[in-house]
Parts: sequence; structure tokens; C-alpha cells
Amino acid sequence: MGSGNRKKLDNPALEWLDSRLPIVSMIQKEYGVFPTPKNFNYFWNFGAIAMVMLVTMIITGIVLAMNYATTASDAFDSVERIMRDVNHGWLLRYLHSNGASFFFIAVYIHMFRGMYYGSYKQPRELLWMMGVLIFLLMMATAFMGYVLPWGQMSFWGATVITNLFSAIPLVGDSIVTLLWGGFSVDNPTLNRFFALHYLFPFLIVAVVFLHVWALHVTGSNNPSGIEAKGKQDTLPFHPYYTMKDAFGIVVFLVIYATFVFFLPNALGHADNYIPANPLVTPAHIVPEWYFLPFYAILRAITFDIGIPFTDIVLIPAKLGGVLAMFGSIALLFVLPFLDKHPVRSSRYRPWYKWFFIAFTVNAFILGVCGGKPAEGIWVPLAQASTLYYFAFFMVIIPFLNKKEPVLELPGSISESVLNKKGAKA
Amino acid sequence: MVFLFVAPQAHAAGGNTAELPDVHFSFEGPFGTYDRGALQRGFQVYKNVCSACHAMKYLSYRNLADMGYSEGQIKAIAADYEVTDGPNEEGEMFERTARPSDKFKAPYANDAQARYANNGALPVDLSLIAKARGEGPHYLYGLLTGYEAPPEGVTLAIGQHWNKYMEGNKIAMAAPLSDDVVAYEDGTPTTKEQYAKDVSHFLMWAAEPKMEVRKRTGIKVVLFLLAFAGIMYAVKKKIWADLKKK
Repeated sequence: MGSGNRKKLDNPALEWLDSRLPIVSMIQKEYGVFPTPKNFNYFWNFGAIAMVMLVTMIITGIVLAMNYATTASDAFDSVERIMRDVNHGWLLRYLHSNGASFFFIAVYIHMFRGMYYGSYKQPRELLWMMGVLIFLLMMATAFMGYVLPWGQMSFWGATVITNLFSAIPLVGDSIVTLLWGGFSVDNPTLNRFFALHYLFPFLIVAVVFLHVWALHVTGSNNPSGIEAKGKQDTLPFHPYYTMKDAFGIVVFLVIYATFVFFLPNALGHADNYIPANPLVTPAHIVPEWYFLPFYAILRAITFDIGIPFTDIVLIPAKLGGVLAMFGSIALLFVLPFLDKHPVRSSRYRPWYKWFFIAFTVNAFILGVCGGKPAEGIWVPLAQASTLYYFAFFMVIIPFLNKKEPVLELPGSISESVLNKKGAKA
Repeated sequence: MVFLFVAPQAHAAGGNTAELPDVHFSFEGPFGTYDRGALQRGFQVYKNVCSACHAMKYLSYRNLADMGYSEGQIKAIAADYEVTDGPNEEGEMFERTARPSDKFKAPYANDAQARYANNGALPVDLSLIAKARGEGPHYLYGLLTGYEAPPEGVTLAIGQHWNKYMEGNKIAMAAPLSDDVVAYEDGTPTTKEQYAKDVSHFLMWAAEPKMEVRKRTGIKVVLFLLAFAGIMYAVKKKIWADLKKK
């Protein structure tokens, strides 16, 4: 971050600043002239969109926190006060509660894009892994945030999810007691969740900073998956991608605003408008939609795993479910080291492409299963989908490493763009 | 061997409940608004019938201004109630006439008293009920009109009633509405169905009092964003077109 061979600025005030702290030069270098592949499609907008959502969540969240009461006896009432009596409180709260969903929508599309175009591959492994870390932090933040209104789903969701940790052998129960701050989900749980819910977004900001830093070291991947070979393959980030991102962001905000203003409770659950009651269990406990695929994986392990033909149980079903759920995220983390195929983009990977499309459909099926009661057809369907999820990473990708033919790639990004135009004409 | 979380047993909605009747409310859709007449009638039904057992703790009398009551009318409505205030200078709690800034007077002093008066069942607070049930006001309308004689072979415990829309069909609340129990002043028919529709309308307002300002703001925001997106698209296209000329 040294000034290096800095160009003198014309404006004397900026020059004064820049010669002491070269922040103007840095912005110019990283966001002005930064060479960016010229062939991005609109899937490349979702990083910027996710950034906008992160900022939206932090701003609305801080203002909500000014009006929120962090005690089990007052939390629910304080949220209702925000909805009824705080100026524009209803807007802040609906922006924040729907904002969580739209943050996840942006990040999920961002991740699927990375997987489709092989953005995680060498030299961007660490970039991808920090992305998965951000995702994990987001999940923790969203889960704790959902607990704060202290409705029935908040309370029972917190009970179910914190109880998962009791499946860990030996230390499980102690961990659960530590999470709860006592022997059940109660006021101390709410207090620590609020404190952590306020902290985690700033950890996310820190990891996002590293994520973007790493991105600016390697440069962006692109739909062809071929590295830029020179000036003819790239464009300065500004104005080409600042404008394209701005357009994409506004379109995304139209959909977000439609939910906030016209369907503000469509993505939530009616039970969370009932104050938390430890004595009444809701008939059907479901997490927010963005956790449903992982919830389905968690519930898919309905059997103990032991030594065949004996009664010895190695992994009880509950622990198996927890391991499967965390394993499903751990596999994303190590994806760059599982996929050794030299071609990045699915455009030039005819086999991987279809397995990946099936993976995406499978993720939606898991989501549907997670929202249904664990009975009837939904149990074997969730199990089959869970099997495909793991097979994709542990069987299909290693198989493709060796067997999928390596096609001849276009010589450069420019050539791939020209080929595509030629094909259209 | 089968492991289930905190027993998510029989599926919530559906099961043994009938399909909800098709009823239309003026607040539905992106441009829908509350009907002041329906709100006032619904409030009258709540005041004369529901409020005997059900509190609405998030509402104050002043909130009634939303449904078109004047300040004088609100003062008069509040003046019908006595609330506890205090302590005064002598340290005593005292009763006084309610003011518009007071919360709706609750029928019972606490949950224990409410249960004691209702055969052990707790009448729920109605402030948020229209958002706390799937299908919201449609469900409320169904519930209020869904009382029937139990099918043959079903025996109800003392204090239980049969309702075709209630989860499990057994409900502690007796059918609260019947024709002509509340006198309407605007000539609207005084039927059980009309009462149910009006009070469901009122309860939706109570749960989501900012709905109208939300939708009004939303239309402006979405139109602005669409126009802004159009401009951004044009600018983006222009910039990229210049590139192709080079």
C-alpha cells in the first residue's frame, strides 16, 4: 500500500492528501483504471449487489438497535413499538427483515456463478475460501438476528439449532450451556445473540475487505474462464463496470422494494408474530427459507451409523445430521482442491456443466424438502438429494478430473467474444 | 431409530380443517386500502363483543384517528373506560377516566385472571392476530363463521366447541357472533357474516396500521427505481456503444 510511483495530482488539496496517504491514487488504481475482463455477463453484478445489501443491513440494523430492547420481557414489545410508533420504523424493520433474504439471494447467485464459471480455481482458491467464510458468518448473523424479535419461531428456532451442538461427543452439553448462558433458551441467550448479531456484520466487512483485496490481486475471472492476456481483453473498471453494476443494482432494488412495500411478510412466518412461549411448541418449526437446503440435509440423516450386523453405534443419527450439515459447507470450502480439471468455465466443460445444473436443481429440491414436515415422501427425497449433494463433490468432481475431455479453448477473451458474436450472426 | 427434531408432528395447516371461504377485503392487492366504514363497524363489533374477553395491548385510543374518528369522538370513546393511574403524591394508585393516549383497557388484570374466568383457556391478545395466523383475515373470517354442531361420534369436553376451520376443530371460545347482536348506524346488514367480515377488517388494520402509507410509499419508490433503472440502462448502453465504435 506504499505510494510507489504515484502520479502527481492536479488538484492541490487532493495532492496534499495523496502525497501523505495515497488514498486517491489507490481508488483510481483499484476502481478507476482497474483492468477488468471485457466479457462479463450480468451474473458478475452480484458481488456489487451483495455489497450494497451488506451496507443496507448495517445501516438499517444500527438504527433498529437504537429502538430495540434486549430483554426477553421487552424485545417483542419493542419491535411492535418500532412498527407502530417509531418514525418510519415499519420501513426500517421491513427493509432489514427482507434485506436478509435479499442479501442471501445475491450471495447464492454469486456463489452459483463462481461454481459455474470455475472462479474458485487456481489462482483464486483463497478468494473463494474467504467467500465461503463470509457465507458462514452470514448464516450465523442471520440466525441470531432471527432470534431477536423473540417470537415463537425465534424462540423455537433458537432452541432447535442450539440443541444441535449437544450432539458433539463429550463437550456438547457444555457448549450448549455456554450458548444459552443457562439451562434453556432465555434472557441470557437473547443478550449474547444480540451482542454477537451486532458484532458479526463487522467481521463480515473485514473478510469482505480481504475478499476484495484478493480479487484485486488475481483480477476477476470471466465467462470464458481464460485469463486476460493484455489490454485488448480488458476495460477500465470505470466507467464500463461502474455503470453496468449501477444498472444491475437498481434492477435488484426494484425487486427488493416490491417485497418490502407490497409483500413484507411473504418470506417470513406467521408464528413469529406470536410472542415467544416456552410452554407451547409450534406444530411445525421451520427456519428461514435461506437455511432450508441445509436444514433438509440435517434432517436427512434419520439413521444411526454403526458397525453392520452388530449393535455398536458409531455415529448416532443426530450427530450424523449435524456432521452432514457442517460437512456440506466444509465441502464448499475445499472445492478448489477437489476440482483439478484444468478448464474453468462450464462453457468449455460439457460434462461438468450438466452435473452442475443438476446440482443447482438439487439445491432447490433440498430447499423444498427442508420446508416440509419430515414425513412421507419428503424423507427419502431429502435423503436422495443429500446423497447427490455429497456425490457431486466427492465422486462426480474427482471423476471428471480424470475423465472429462479437455476441449480446445479460444486463444483469448477477445477471440471468445468474437466467436460468440459470429455464432449469433 | 428415526430421529425427529422437537417432534414436528402432524402438519400445521390443512389436515382436518375445511378450506377457507372466499371473501374479498378492500385492503388486498398493491393498491388496496382500508375501508373507513368497515373499520369503524369492526371496531364496534370488537368493543361490544370481543373486548369482553380479548385485550389489544398494542393499541391506544388515539390510534382510532386512523379510521376516521374525530378527536372529540375519540375522547368520548376513551371516556367510557376507567383506568388505573398513579401513584399520586400520597403514593396511592387511583382510578381515572381514560384519555386518548391510554392503551385499550384490557378486560382482565392478568393472564391468571383471564384463565380463571374462561375455564382455563387464555383469550389471546388480538393486536397482532391477523398477522399471527396463516391466511390472516381470511382465517379470522372463517373461524368466526365456522361454528357447527360436532359430527356424530365426536364428544366435546365441557367448554369446548366445534369449529370447522380451527386446527384440530376443538375451540374453547363459544361462537361469539350471531345476527343482530350489534346495532349498525349506517344501514349495513347486521348479519353474523357481516360482523365477521368487518371485525376481520378491523383486526387487519390493528395488526398492520401502516399498510396504507407503506403501499403509497412503495408505489413512489418502485416507480422511481424503474425510471432510474431505465436511465442507468441508457447511460450504460451509450458508454458501451462508444466503445464498439473505436
